[in-house]
Amino acid sequence: MADTDTDQVKDTGTATPPAPSRRSLLAAGGAGLALGAAAAGGAVALTRSGADDDMQPAAETGGAVPFHGAHQAGIATPVQDRLHFAAFDVKTDDREAFVQLLKDWTEAAALMCEGRTVGDGAYGGLPEAPPDDTGEALGLKPSRLTLTIGFGPSFFDKHGKAFGVADKRPEALVELPKFPGDNLDKARSGGDLCVQACADDPQVAVHAIRNLARIGFGKVAIRWSQLGFGKTSSTTPDAQTPRNLFGFKDGTRNIAGTEKDRLAEHVWVGDSTWMNGGSYLVARRIRMNVETWDRTSLQEQEDVFGRDKREGAPVGKAKEHDQPFLKAMKPDAHVRLAHPDANHGATILRRGYSFTDGTDGLGRLDAGLFFLAYQKDVRKGFIPVQRSLAADALNEYIQHVGSAVFAVPPGVRDKNDWWGRGLFERTEA
Amino acid sequence: MRAVRLTAATAVATVAALTAVTGCTEKSDSKDKGSDAVKVTATDDSCKVSATSFPAGHVKLAVENKGSKVTEVYVLFPDDRIVTERENIAPGTKANITAEIKAGDYEIACKPGMTGKGIRQKVKATGGKAAAKRDPRLDKAVAEYRTYTQAQADETLPKVKKFTDAIRKGDVEAAKKAYADSRIGWERTEPVAESFGDIDPKVDVREDGLEDGQDPKTDWTGWHRLEKSLWKDGKIGSREKELATLLDKDLKDWQNRVGKALITPTSMANGAKELLDEVATGKVTGEEEAYSHTDLVDFKANVEGAEKAYDLLKPVATENDAALTKELDRQFAALNKLLDEYREDKKSYDFTSYDKVGEADRKELSDAVNALAEPLSKLAAAVVVK
Repeated sequence: MADTDTDQVKDTGTATPPAPSRRSLLAAGGAGLALGAAAAGGAVALTRSGADDDMQPAAETGGAVPFHGAHQAGIATPVQDRLHFAAFDVKTDDREAFVQLLKDWTEAAALMCEGRTVGDGAYGGLPEAPPDDTGEALGLKPSRLTLTIGFGPSFFDKHGKAFGVADKRPEALVELPKFPGDNLDKARSGGDLCVQACADDPQVAVHAIRNLARIGFGKVAIRWSQLGFGKTSSTTPDAQTPRNLFGFKDGTRNIAGTEKDRLAEHVWVGDSTWMNGGSYLVARRIRMNVETWDRTSLQEQEDVFGRDKREGAPVGKAKEHDQPFLKAMKPDAHVRLAHPDANHGATILRRGYSFTDGTDGLGRLDAGLFFLAYQKDVRKGFIPVQRSLAADALNEYIQHVGSAVFAVPPGVRDKNDWWGRGLFERTEA
Repeated sequence: MRAVRLTAATAVATVAALTAVTGCTEKSDSKDKGSDAVKVTATDDSCKVSATSFPAGHVKLAVENKGSKVTEVYVLFPDDRIVTERENIAPGTKANITAEIKAGDYEIACKPGMTGKGIRQKVKATGGKAAAKRDPRLDKAVAEYRTYTQAQADETLPKVKKFTDAIRKGDVEAAKKAYADSRIGWERTEPVAESFGDIDPKVDVREDGLEDGQDPKTDWTGWHRLEKSLWKDGKIGSREKELATLLDKDLKDWQNRVGKALITPTSMANGAKELLDEVATGKVTGEEEAYSHTDLVDFKANVEGAEKAYDLLKPVATENDAALTKELDRQFAALNKLLDEYREDKKSYDFTSYDKVGEADRKELSDAVNALAEPLSKLAAAVVVK
């Protein structure tokens, strides 16, 4: 069995992340960027660059990412191009019904990640009854679909007692404090459960959430969901660093799926609880005021980030991956404030996506970053970094409008295992 | 009523689902088996059928429009109820229509320009698959449901008269009071009522459901037109009085015909699901009763109608899928309990005005509807499976 996520991409082998390049191992810059976005479809960028012959556009490989493993796929596995993220409220207090749902979800998720249909499929069944699978992913490749589940603090608050798991609430599963400038919409925040669906084809990701929601009716209900495009950071040491919607490269020094030591240090929970091998997820919907940003002078834009726009090089340096000299940046520069060196080494694994939900009533692009960050402990990861960003010059151009945090259990080990089993199973079992 | 009115023709097509004559259409290039299909050649003034007699069962019509006008093709029962239909067949194109057709006499109609009664051709479905012997409990369920739909219509007419009398007297307040109650019987049995495709657009259409080219001043009739007068305009004029009398007449037509509706166990099951769909698309959003905000009354009536059909089918469904009926019992109870939170007296239909129901509560209602409608969609299968 794959004991590291670096082994988790099968198929043609072309999607297997290449060994970290010497350059990326040497690089140490800019890890703390809280904002990031994609080169318009990493695949296209790779093709155009022509630099890395061993990298094939991910969407074309269409391979399957193994569902089973020590860790859930969708965290350290290579980032796909598209996202459908859904937060659910639990609507039942019946433990048995809820556990059955987790088992049903796990079974459906495993099938969908292999590119197969749910239940009895999308056609050929009884003409009088609706098919089990909604059918819109028929004929599409697995598209590297990953499905990742998490449990929110409200799950334990509201249902912990009824489900008999109140005493299993992890200490690290804390509600996020209010950060300066937060303008959180309740309708886009929280959730008892989340499922992150990532795929190279948006239809595959949407199909997965739609079918899980359908299986869940009566037991869970979608509270909010978010579509994302254009990965904003990468977990493969790509030659190309994605750009966010502000046009800046981001994720220059994100944690790569190949960096076992950094993953162990910053991402994977390592303890004797049901969370061993899991992680904690922070999801933030960050609205960008793109119109005002686009009217901002290049100099100010570069000052705000602390990197240049073309190369992504830190202030005073020539290359993107050059070691940043933080003191050369303005005191309120984003990179300076977000950098691990400014946060006692706090490091998070980012997996965010750009989003645009059309335009708002004022004709402004309703766009920004759907920020997703995994870490071993939110109290040592996102919270200190976000506090440090209170003085961020970028805050003039962004606003956090949605927020949620989830405990993401370890991977589903094999066919007999299911999402959250460690949480629900008696210890003697 | 659906959130957006279907064209009269597609609304009529609900017959197909309702009668469990499972009509469906497919693109001509999808599954062309060719030889066993009945060819229908439509032109602007003819409707030729390659065979006027074919075996009952799964029948396929291969339609070709050789005319210059867009056409539509219907398979009709002798009394003009629709077995299946396909609209919008453009000149020079082909389309396939498939349906499960029992032995008997039918008519195939082409409607060049998609208007009028069409050019008709008598056809016969012969012998073929005799209908399988049905569980007598299901026959009983159908008979009881038929009685129920008739009773609902019979009880509704006097309530409607109370409403329309108030309008004819010009009594706005009395009419407002009688409005929601006059709709309950209709809402309980809506899929059956809708199966007569011509009645629903007359009595239950909303302004936004009018078709292109229809003038609200002259073409909009029925409950919701009067609802707007009463709540938005706050007055009753001569036109409203005319419309009240027309409503009586159209609903009388419903009362006379409802007993003849084709009802089968699967149409009951899917009709129950459709009632929940009505709730999900129109009532939960507050679109149905945009002026009176009496959506919760319709909501409750839809649920009651669905529950009636379910209760009648339950003995057989439980045998086939006990887990499903257990879940349905649970979800009906949960939804009814939730609805009870919106009325003080459990016996009255005096529900909270829907404009007073906040977004979070609407979400709660919507979740409960989804929780019921999803398993309810599986009821038909549990009724037909042995």
